[in-house]
Amino acid sequence: MKKIEALCVSALFAGLGIAGVAYGARAWLPQLASRHGAGIDAMLRYLLVSAGGLFLLGYVALGSLVWLGSRRRAIGQRLTSGRTEWLVSGALGLAVAAVGEGGVLAIGMPVWAEYFGARPPADAVTIDVTAQQFMWNVRYPGPDGVFGRTDLRLIDEASNPLGLDPSDPAGRDDIVTLNEMAVPVNRPVRIRLHSKDVIHSFFLPNLRVKQDAVPGMTPEIVFVPTRTGDFELACAELCGLAHYRMRGFVHVLTSAQFAEWLRQQSAAAAAASGGRS
Amino acid sequence: MTSPAHVEASRSGRVAPRGPEPHQGFLRRYIFSTDHKIIGIQYIFTGLVMAIVGASLAALIRLQLGWPEHQWVLLSRLLPRGLPGGVMTPEFYLAVVTMHGTIMVFFFISYVLVSGFGNYLVPLQVGAKDMAFPVLNMLSYWVALASALTMLASFFVEGGAAAAGWTAYPPLSAVPAAVPGSQMGQTIWLLSMALFIASFTMGGLNIVATVFSVRAPGLSMMRLPLTVWSYFIAAIVGLLAFPPLTAAAVMLLLDRHFGTSFFLPAGLVVANKALPNTGGSPLLWQHLFWFLGHPEVYVLILPALGVACDILPAFTRKPVFGYRSSVWCLVAVACLSMIVWGHHMFVSGMSPFSGEYFSLVTLAITVPMTMFGVNMLASLWGAKLQLHTPALFALGVIALFGSGGLGGLFLGNATADMQLHDTYFVVGHFHMMIGGVTMLATFGALYFWFPKMFGRRMSEAAGKLHFWLTFAPFFTIFFMQHFLGLEGAPRRYYAFTAYDYLQRTRGQNLVISVAALVLIGGQLLFLANFIWSLFRGRAATENPWGATTLEWTVASPPPHGNFETIPLVRRWAYEYGIQTPQGDFAPQTWAPPQAG
Repeated sequence: MKKIEALCVSALFAGLGIAGVAYGARAWLPQLASRHGAGIDAMLRYLLVSAGGLFLLGYVALGSLVWLGSRRRAIGQRLTSGRTEWLVSGALGLAVAAVGEGGVLAIGMPVWAEYFGARPPADAVTIDVTAQQFMWNVRYPGPDGVFGRTDLRLIDEASNPLGLDPSDPAGRDDIVTLNEMAVPVNRPVRIRLHSKDVIHSFFLPNLRVKQDAVPGMTPEIVFVPTRTGDFELACAELCGLAHYRMRGFVHVLTSAQFAEWLRQQSAAAAAASGGRS
Repeated sequence: MTSPAHVEASRSGRVAPRGPEPHQGFLRRYIFSTDHKIIGIQYIFTGLVMAIVGASLAALIRLQLGWPEHQWVLLSRLLPRGLPGGVMTPEFYLAVVTMHGTIMVFFFISYVLVSGFGNYLVPLQVGAKDMAFPVLNMLSYWVALASALTMLASFFVEGGAAAAGWTAYPPLSAVPAAVPGSQMGQTIWLLSMALFIASFTMGGLNIVATVFSVRAPGLSMMRLPLTVWSYFIAAIVGLLAFPPLTAAAVMLLLDRHFGTSFFLPAGLVVANKALPNTGGSPLLWQHLFWFLGHPEVYVLILPALGVACDILPAFTRKPVFGYRSSVWCLVAVACLSMIVWGHHMFVSGMSPFSGEYFSLVTLAITVPMTMFGVNMLASLWGAKLQLHTPALFALGVIALFGSGGLGGLFLGNATADMQLHDTYFVVGHFHMMIGGVTMLATFGALYFWFPKMFGRRMSEAAGKLHFWLTFAPFFTIFFMQHFLGLEGAPRRYYAFTAYDYLQRTRGQNLVISVAALVLIGGQLLFLANFIWSLFRGRAATENPWGATTLEWTVASPPPHGNFETIPLVRRWAYEYGIQTPQGDFAPQTWAPPQAG
């Protein structure tokens, strides 16, 4: 009976080690669609492989030690001196830290630096995204390339959620959409992120982009989409009741399609403002 | 390290409190007691009751996520406000998530493992008659109870309990219109947290003072069991890290009720209404919160590791591996824990340069924590292992500490965290660590010290079954959640139905929910065993496990005042594998006949 128990417990740990690695060794990440995302994926893959190996090793070791220990009639002689104990655990501690820190320094930091350090290139498409409960207000500067002024006092949720100032000529051609944004493939996209009310987080799972939108701050992100298609935009910071369905879309288009999309949006905006005046 | 004056002081009982007081009434003896053992047991019972609440909330979370649109007719009768018509409302879901986290972290693990066992074990294991400040100790329990009751009361106020997450990020937690739980519920949450911190500070002071000033003669610091070391270090960390959150809680209360703008910037428009605030910063709260929040996880996890380290030798019958390095690892982790909080904020808008700094120091924790884990694992080397219930749970601690630690390699890495932040990877990781390591250690401790506390044994068969019903589903749930996170499933979602890319997580969520219900159901077995054993368990001897530390040299349960005479400690806490009249071990007080 004791033997069966010991067998079960050691099989539990060793089995979990093996099953865990088998379960984990699949393609879990959403389809990749951005340039810096390749670096993030490399980072994650490095970690999955190294942590997976350590996990397997540790769990099998635990299972074996349980099995061996339960078969033993008397304890082994004290095997090590205090100095050896320091050496063994110290060496292993440094080795695992080297795996972790090495990953950060060799793979992680270059990606991090590229992502945050790069100045937005001149040909970047600049988009203003203003998060609010529970939608994403998207604004393009329009053909003049200049964003119009906004004023808090002009905000009206029904007709003017961003508080655009109609007296500013730069704002007349601004394109405003809700929860939908189009970007050209293989060209840098620069997002200026705002929030009107609480903290939201601009999360594009496929593009490996996540940035909190914090009221009072305007963080910027730059990324280069590398695959055309429609990708979902999720909110990743608890923002209230409909947090779980604060959904938007990023349409990655070819440059011709993107130009056409902008033209359509401008025409629609002109028609709308023409209708208003 | 102990000066002779100190020894004299504690021997003469000048620092240590009164001895046995036989003619106390029931009320003074069991309710308003200053006996550290009674207070410890009060904390443990309070924490276990809170755990039942927390586990019920977990069940509600899993019912919602496993079966998102199902109508729970019976539950709707029980909770008509939360599940009108049988389907949970989002506001109730968020309150449930917030309260589950708050209750489990602060009112279950903190109370049972840290305050409960800390109170019970530290004076016994340092050979003292009681804590250094027994009345302060009693006060700390009653403040803690008030804090727990306050927190529970928040379910019944207008708008329901707090719903901004256990991290309570403003503006969501600051502006009542932002979410229903930010009406009265959030205010009560903050008041309760302030009470909790006050109580925890009193308890921590007591532990530090007790370890410093009333250790038995001969008990040098390097003879202390790792349990005492871990509580001692955790208490110091708690004392340093908790007060900033009290300050933050007061600031948030002022923002909420008195028009200040600590955390509220200019230009807020909530629910179509412009707010008058100017000049505050939402990030300030995050810094203050995580300055507490990260050390807090070490306050919880260090005692769990210490306890597991001390349970193991009684069942391996050999000394722990690397005692000295383990002690210094605890010290190193404690120091590092104070300077890594920013790894919770990699994508918060904080400067990317600090992201690099926080990445590097966070992963430096790998060194002491791996060493500690290796020491635990190597303690099994050459062991004569007896798989009794406490040993099983201690082995489970090693396992979850390993898998949780490896998850930390991902999250401490800023680049990987860009994808994983605020996803289920985080949920899986911290449940492995401050959920699993601490919970398994708590159960291990309950099974191990139950005979000492109540003079009775718990059922071994039920205990072993309980281990399987706990470890297997627990591991399944939180291991799988890591991969939900890799798929990009954000945490705190009421349902995963609104997104196309999350549709494929449906099956995993179902499996996780079923495993969670098994896990929660399995705890009923523990409750039954616990209650049955309290009244009907086999009588326990003084030292049922053949362990070496001082609490096993006195009766089970120990009398008020613990030791008739303050013991003289002659050796460290891990003297196994030598022949003495007691068996294959030497209690810390044992001296060979000639040597005396």
